[in-house]
Amino acid sequence: MRRNLRALISALLLTTALTTASYAGEIWVSNEKDNTISVIDDTSFKVTRTLEVGERPRGITFSNDHSVVYLCASDSDTVQVIDPDTGKILYDLPSGEDPEQFILHPDNKHLYIANEDDAITTVVDVESRKVIAQIDVGIEPEGMAASPDGKYVITTSETTNMAHWIDTKTQEIIANTLVDQRPRHAEFTQDGSELWVSAEIGGTISVFNVEDQTEKAKINFEIKGIHPDRIQPVGFEMTKDGKYVFVALGPANHIAVVNRATYEVEKYLLVGRRVWHMAFNGDESLLFTTNGISGDVTVIDVAKLEPIKTIKVGRFPWGAAWRPTN
Amino acid sequence: MQFKKLFSFITVAFLFTLLGKTIVFAEINITVGYLERMIPPPPILSNLEEIPENLGIAGVELGLKDNNTTGKFLKHDYSVESRIIDEKDDFIAAAKALLEVSNFLIIKAPIKDQLALADLPEAEGALIFNASEKDIVLRDYECRGNLLHTIPSYAMLADALAQFAVKKRWKNWVLIDGEFKKDKAYATALEQSAKKFRIDIKARKTWMFNADMRRNAAQEVPLFTQDFPDHDLIVVADENHDFGRYVIYNTWLPRPIAGSEGISPVTWSAAVEQFGAVQLQNRFKKMHSRTMGSIDYAAWAAIRTIGEAVTRTNSNDFSKIRSYILSDDFELAGFKGRKLSYRKWNGQLRQPIPLTHPRAVVATAPLEGFLHKRNEMDSLGLDKPQTKCEAFNQ
Repeated sequence: MRRNLRALISALLLTTALTTASYAGEIWVSNEKDNTISVIDDTSFKVTRTLEVGERPRGITFSNDHSVVYLCASDSDTVQVIDPDTGKILYDLPSGEDPEQFILHPDNKHLYIANEDDAITTVVDVESRKVIAQIDVGIEPEGMAASPDGKYVITTSETTNMAHWIDTKTQEIIANTLVDQRPRHAEFTQDGSELWVSAEIGGTISVFNVEDQTEKAKINFEIKGIHPDRIQPVGFEMTKDGKYVFVALGPANHIAVVNRATYEVEKYLLVGRRVWHMAFNGDESLLFTTNGISGDVTVIDVAKLEPIKTIKVGRFPWGAAWRPTN
Repeated sequence: MQFKKLFSFITVAFLFTLLGKTIVFAEINITVGYLERMIPPPPILSNLEEIPENLGIAGVELGLKDNNTTGKFLKHDYSVESRIIDEKDDFIAAAKALLEVSNFLIIKAPIKDQLALADLPEAEGALIFNASEKDIVLRDYECRGNLLHTIPSYAMLADALAQFAVKKRWKNWVLIDGEFKKDKAYATALEQSAKKFRIDIKARKTWMFNADMRRNAAQEVPLFTQDFPDHDLIVVADENHDFGRYVIYNTWLPRPIAGSEGISPVTWSAAVEQFGAVQLQNRFKKMHSRTMGSIDYAAWAAIRTIGEAVTRTNSNDFSKIRSYILSDDFELAGFKGRKLSYRKWNGQLRQPIPLTHPRAVVATAPLEGFLHKRNEMDSLGLDKPQTKCEAFNQ
């Protein structure tokens, strides 16, 4: 019995080790004011490569199979496509002016790009490398999200203070929902039932019912000793198990851990200064946050809900994305 | 005809069912009036800079475009009716004409015009936005219940500078002011701020020379500043930017300059880029081929205030909009890093104040550590207990 148990435990340990191993990868961080990408090894926490890219790199995401990385080079007015193994820029995609953030549609073929200076969302076919649609949205579009079934793409506009619901079949807006001041980021829940939108200056997250686009809940944040005006929710990420949402609170220098079911904040984690965005590693055991002003990345242990390490990167790190390396 | 009506009724009913719980936005048209008295600036020594002719209205035009971009998703439509009159023209006649088309007026004009307008019986139910005058009296005993201020007061600017000086421990000042009324108003505000933040003003002198500074600054300024007692900071109140620029680097003692020159507390400047401000600066530049100034910003904030209130109330009911603007629910994202709102005791838009030199923002007030029980931004300017304004009490 005891031997069996021991065998079981070692089997379990082995599995864990294997799982961890199979998830080894890299976190790619775009440095807004250095025109570089810092590539971080997610096991050693070392910056292994620094790649030179276009001007003011911000939004960053991998293709579904991780074979290429897409990068918004905002001031170069282009989306760059990079080979993650060699770090070479393969080609540029047409993107419209000042691309800030984008979302790759679940079909892995259509990139929806927010053109911040032009109040437009540009839809690019990444295979034909052509713009297939441009959609008028509100002022300073930024947050982008795609519903898991691919039916909707959301653009949030910072000065218009709305989430625009784009029907991906017709590339037309079918609804506009108001949120609080300066919406920055949007995400659908994995089951596609809810849309979450953060409002930086409003200091809130609005949760919408996807079915009828009505507001279902509003989340507020409060940290002792920090003035409410400085608590500015920006980027956020949801765990796949549906348990938590990690919310970057900008100049409050904290990440809020929100219970996805109850909408309550369970914990605040201290990170670097002006935290923007974040990415999980492969098994979601670690979370990497970009801290704009302090120019570093904080590593958070997701199980313990504790920051464990700070990694120096370039000037004003902004976006983050993960890819497996084995 | 009958049939047509019935048909449109059915369409509307169908639309309502279709939209379900989604809020239905009403078709709303809002006209905003802009009134400016163009006053030619007094001659100054330097011929380098021109004050843009469209300073003010340029901000209104950008804000109008911003409002309409948002409005098109809500079936809200905005337009601006503007009157720009000369020094000798009849301000009140122009104001009355505008009041006939709108209850919302954005004003760039001297104090006395603004007060005459606010006191008109026709303006009783109007909401007027002062986008140009920084004088404290308008937020104090000369306030009006229908007059809001999107431009910060001299008190707010001076307090911002004082907070910065305290932080730097530059607590001994000397003050140079000009001869104009605005210079005096700014200088007085600087003195009051010094008192509030326990800064010592060691001496105050008025610049009265008429010499051509471009040639003589190197000779005139050292002499002028030679008899000042020792100090940490020279504060200059020179609202027309006449002599202040020649004080820099020409003083008897090597000291930093602040106020109208050097490190300046401002409403807005081309150097402001944080908090998404680059986007606002770019949009402005694209539209007007120049950088955005303080009065442009104040005028933009005024029309954006109206837009924000119409969006949130989904209404063109004037009293609803007015009470929303003055309520706790109102917030405006003004690219200054905090949400902006109006002080209920004097109608002033509370806002952070950037401390800038021409090429960078040095700091933004309220500075860290200057606390306030209500809102840190209320550490700048006239706070509730200090103001003699009672017009907002009703």
